[in-house]
Amino acid sequence: MSSLALRDNEQSGLMARWSRSRHRWSDVLFRRLTACFALSILILLVWMLITLALNARQALARFGWGFLWGRTWDPVREQFGALPFVYGTIVSSTLALCIAVPLSLGVAIFLSEHAPRGWENVVAFLVDTLAAIPSVIYGLWGIFILSPALRNYIEPWLASTFGFLPLFQGPPYGIGMLAGGIILAIMVLPIITAVSRDVLQAVPNTQREAALSLGATRWETTRVVLAHARAGLTGAVILGLGRAIGETMAVTMVIGNRPEISYSLFDPSYTIASVIANEFNEATYELYVQALIELGLILFLVTLIVNAVARLLVWSVTRRTREVQRV
Amino acid sequence: MIDPLRYRKVVNGVMTGATFICALAVLAILFAILGYIVAQGIAALNIDFLTKLPKPVGESGGGIAHAIVGSMLLIGIAILLGLPSGILAGLYLAEFGKNKLGRFIEFVTDILAGTPSIIVGIFAYTLIVLPMKRFSAFAGGAALALIMIPIITRTTQEIIQLVPQTLREGALALGAPQWRVTLGVVLRSAAGGVATGVMLAIARVAGETAPLLFTALGSHHWSTALDRPVASLTVTIYDYAKAPYDDWHAQAWAGALVLVMMIGMTNLAVRLFTHSRYSGTHP
Repeated sequence: MSSLALRDNEQSGLMARWSRSRHRWSDVLFRRLTACFALSILILLVWMLITLALNARQALARFGWGFLWGRTWDPVREQFGALPFVYGTIVSSTLALCIAVPLSLGVAIFLSEHAPRGWENVVAFLVDTLAAIPSVIYGLWGIFILSPALRNYIEPWLASTFGFLPLFQGPPYGIGMLAGGIILAIMVLPIITAVSRDVLQAVPNTQREAALSLGATRWETTRVVLAHARAGLTGAVILGLGRAIGETMAVTMVIGNRPEISYSLFDPSYTIASVIANEFNEATYELYVQALIELGLILFLVTLIVNAVARLLVWSVTRRTREVQRV
Repeated sequence: MIDPLRYRKVVNGVMTGATFICALAVLAILFAILGYIVAQGIAALNIDFLTKLPKPVGESGGGIAHAIVGSMLLIGIAILLGLPSGILAGLYLAEFGKNKLGRFIEFVTDILAGTPSIIVGIFAYTLIVLPMKRFSAFAGGAALALIMIPIITRTTQEIIQLVPQTLREGALALGAPQWRVTLGVVLRSAAGGVATGVMLAIARVAGETAPLLFTALGSHHWSTALDRPVASLTVTIYDYAKAPYDDWHAQAWAGALVLVMMIGMTNLAVRLFTHSRYSGTHP
């Protein structure tokens, strides 16, 4: 039996060699050609990193690490500190996740565990539609619909109810950190929902069957599924974070664009991506442009790390299950 | 004393209801946004808007024909530059990429797809705008192509992987060389699915604004020259929305409606396509 298998292997090896030799040069060429294009993606990423670093080298040399915690951004006096933008980016993304994560997990659980047949695809399609709306249109909606609503109704209500917290103090502008966070939350909802749903669907059904057969209720079964998918769900949330950090247009239109650090969510703020979008074309001298490119470099590095971590987490769940199912 | 079983049933009911409410809330947000775009956009939408150039500030009327044409020009350049490399890279990952290098490139492609588009804009600026010393349609198209490539690569890969192995074996058994099998049989039988991926990529870049701000810039005139700044729907909407004129705001909404309809129709076409063979993105 084993010798037969060995002979089979030998034979197929021989055949492969034979067929390879027959078409050798054209096939090798084709294979190399496609490999070049695939490699070019890797090269592109490295090239982008190097280009940004080279074009920011004067700024990098001049400011050093102090760039990250400089609090003043005053191009007229050649003072460039990134802290207000770093702060604005972190707070607006965190706010977005606080709003978006419970909602999108709820939708993902509904879609993969509770939705009646037929509903599932319709609701998933509609949530995906949210992802197809361009950023600039979210911004338009944010300026003319969301921020008046915030200014006239929501922010006064928050101030009167939770006004004792420093988060909800000051005049309600409408335009500001809160508007930016809400817009970002809506924009990252679809990706967190879609990836979470994929992750939940990748959990083997045996997990659900085992829980149900022990007498667990629907929700208790869902909790078992959630525990199984924990790494992947974390990945989905981090993927959403990556989107929120890099999102530009909609945030630029509603966040107020003022490079100051303020605890109140009502106040205008500024993010890294927004300052690049607003000031890049107006940067009048070399160092100013370089400081903006350095901001871009920081944004690029952070999103690279965030996305890499997220991908690995998501794969750790979906790949493992696929392998189990194959066996 | 609460009956534990009853407590568990109540928790079950509450949580199931909560997930349902989440779904309803998200749909409500979607309809609030789409509803406003339609309601506000339809008011300023007319034939002039689609076929005329903008009027000077203060005069009412006029349109954004130049921006619609500009957007199409930019997307055309992006397709020319991004489509071949995206498809070939996808072919490599699906047909020859079952090794460490292939998996690593797949990973890098996903990361590149998550890169903020404004970074791609800066990259295209330093690479094309600086040496040419002017903003240009070509630079804008190139930036969009860079955004398209990872999307096309991954969708092509996923669809090619769905083509049954027997098809490849059959063609190889007839004595066809590997490259003819891949291009003439595998890619051809998955053409519908690959086209779907390309359409999705087009719909995605059609809505991009950030990478165009410092590459294609924008313009108030007719322009189809590749080495000149060119208007696009998205940048025009952005400029009009920021401007302090009510007239321009109305036009921004109408532009948004046009853009959403274009993207929506592309996506809908994709949905209708995806019922053909090997074209679903989920195996």
